[in-house]
Amino acid sequence: MKKWKELEDGGVILEKGNNESNDMSGWRTFKPIHIKEKCIDCMICWSVCPDNAVITKGAKFIKFDYTKCKGCLLCLNECPVKAIKSEREKNE
Amino acid sequence: MNKKAMTGNEAVAYAIKQIDPEVIAAYPITPQTQIIEIYAKYYSNKEVNGELIDVESEHSAMSATIGAAAAGVRAMTTTSSQGLALMAEMVYIAASMRLPILMPVVNRALSGPINIHCDHSDTMLVANSGWLQLYSENTQDIYDNCFIGLKIAEELNLPVMVCQDGFITSHCVENMNVFDDKIIKKFIGEYKPKYDLLNKEITVGPFDTFDYYFEHKRKQAQAMFDSVDIIKKVFKKFSLVSGRKYDFFEEYKVKDAEKVIVIIGSTFGTTKNVVDSLREKGDKVGVLGVRVFRPFNYKLLKKKLSKIKNLAVMERYDPFSNFGGILFNEVRSSLGREDIVEYIYGLGGRDVDDSQILKVFNEMSKGKELIRYVGVRE
Repeated sequence: MKKWKELEDGGVILEKGNNESNDMSGWRTFKPIHIKEKCIDCMICWSVCPDNAVITKGAKFIKFDYTKCKGCLLCLNECPVKAIKSEREKNE
Repeated sequence: MNKKAMTGNEAVAYAIKQIDPEVIAAYPITPQTQIIEIYAKYYSNKEVNGELIDVESEHSAMSATIGAAAAGVRAMTTTSSQGLALMAEMVYIAASMRLPILMPVVNRALSGPINIHCDHSDTMLVANSGWLQLYSENTQDIYDNCFIGLKIAEELNLPVMVCQDGFITSHCVENMNVFDDKIIKKFIGEYKPKYDLLNKEITVGPFDTFDYYFEHKRKQAQAMFDSVDIIKKVFKKFSLVSGRKYDFFEEYKVKDAEKVIVIIGSTFGTTKNVVDSLREKGDKVGVLGVRVFRPFNYKLLKKKLSKIKNLAVMERYDPFSNFGGILFNEVRSSLGREDIVEYIYGLGGRDVDDSQILKVFNEMSKGKELIRYVGVRE
């Protein structure tokens, strides 16, 4: 991470979409786990995820990107077929 | 340079007219109201080019000013007392966003009990908000501080408050020198914002987690450290234009004095008067007025006061701290001395006359109480 002298005055962000570089995994208390057998690839989890943490290909669920997922579990709440469960993060 | 007779509020309005910022967003409050009234007159007579935004509160006034400053233009607001308290949230944000906003403040006591007259409780509330604070003794000071403040703000990318005493200087007519428009326009120069939200795709004021908040605050603090040298430079430039030499502190007969009062605002003038009358009797007394309170130039203060035998700090607000106000504690720790006493005076516009200052000079070296009051009925 940058040192204070390397930052812009007043926390101004000059580049676009720099949230991509954030590692959100430290925020999580619960981690969403995908259950492949139940998933119907409806893409609702993909559309509700606020952090683009659902990786898809075509209209298929591929995986969660756990560096972007902050553990809000919106996906789990919205999944119509209960194809997402949660697991508590272990303290390291 | 022309001579004019003006009140403090007229002087601020005239300075704003000469600066001609692109945006003024303000809400009227006694005793600041006149500034906006007079500016509104300039505005409706098309004597200024800026946009006057009538907002619904001081919180909105500062928010609109922050928005305009982030968009990359000169933006100003002005307020007093409860207005400053209401905008306090945004006052901190203006500083942390490093926006060079100039805000003339007309000092008025904070409620309660509700009061409209002068003391410094309002600006002391935000003394540690990251703004620079310049205080003024008289109308000339107020007028000059507006240009000096703007210049410092834009060099540093930090906001500046220019403070004057409510009713005492704000509504009192004094003779003063005003600049020709051309000369002062040249002094303040064209404003080139460091970041410019309207013309570049940038993000301002984003959420900052524990990953970066500390680093951003450290950078903000550095601007305050750097401000001391920049203020010196601006004072020098200003003296070339105006012939008036200013410093962080103004000494009055301090060099050979045995007793010195340290004070902020218009009472500095009253105290000079008392110093003169005491000097005629042979008493070695002096007074030091604080012009630049933030940043606090503790090194310079130490140079100026370390040899003075008896020192008293007079403050026009009560900090309710059991240990005196901010100025008292800054002076005490700058000098590393325990024998300095504090006098709290003039709260809520209580008239400060020569007899009160005389009392301070007579009693400052006596007694053991650290925090004292003058001018209150005992």
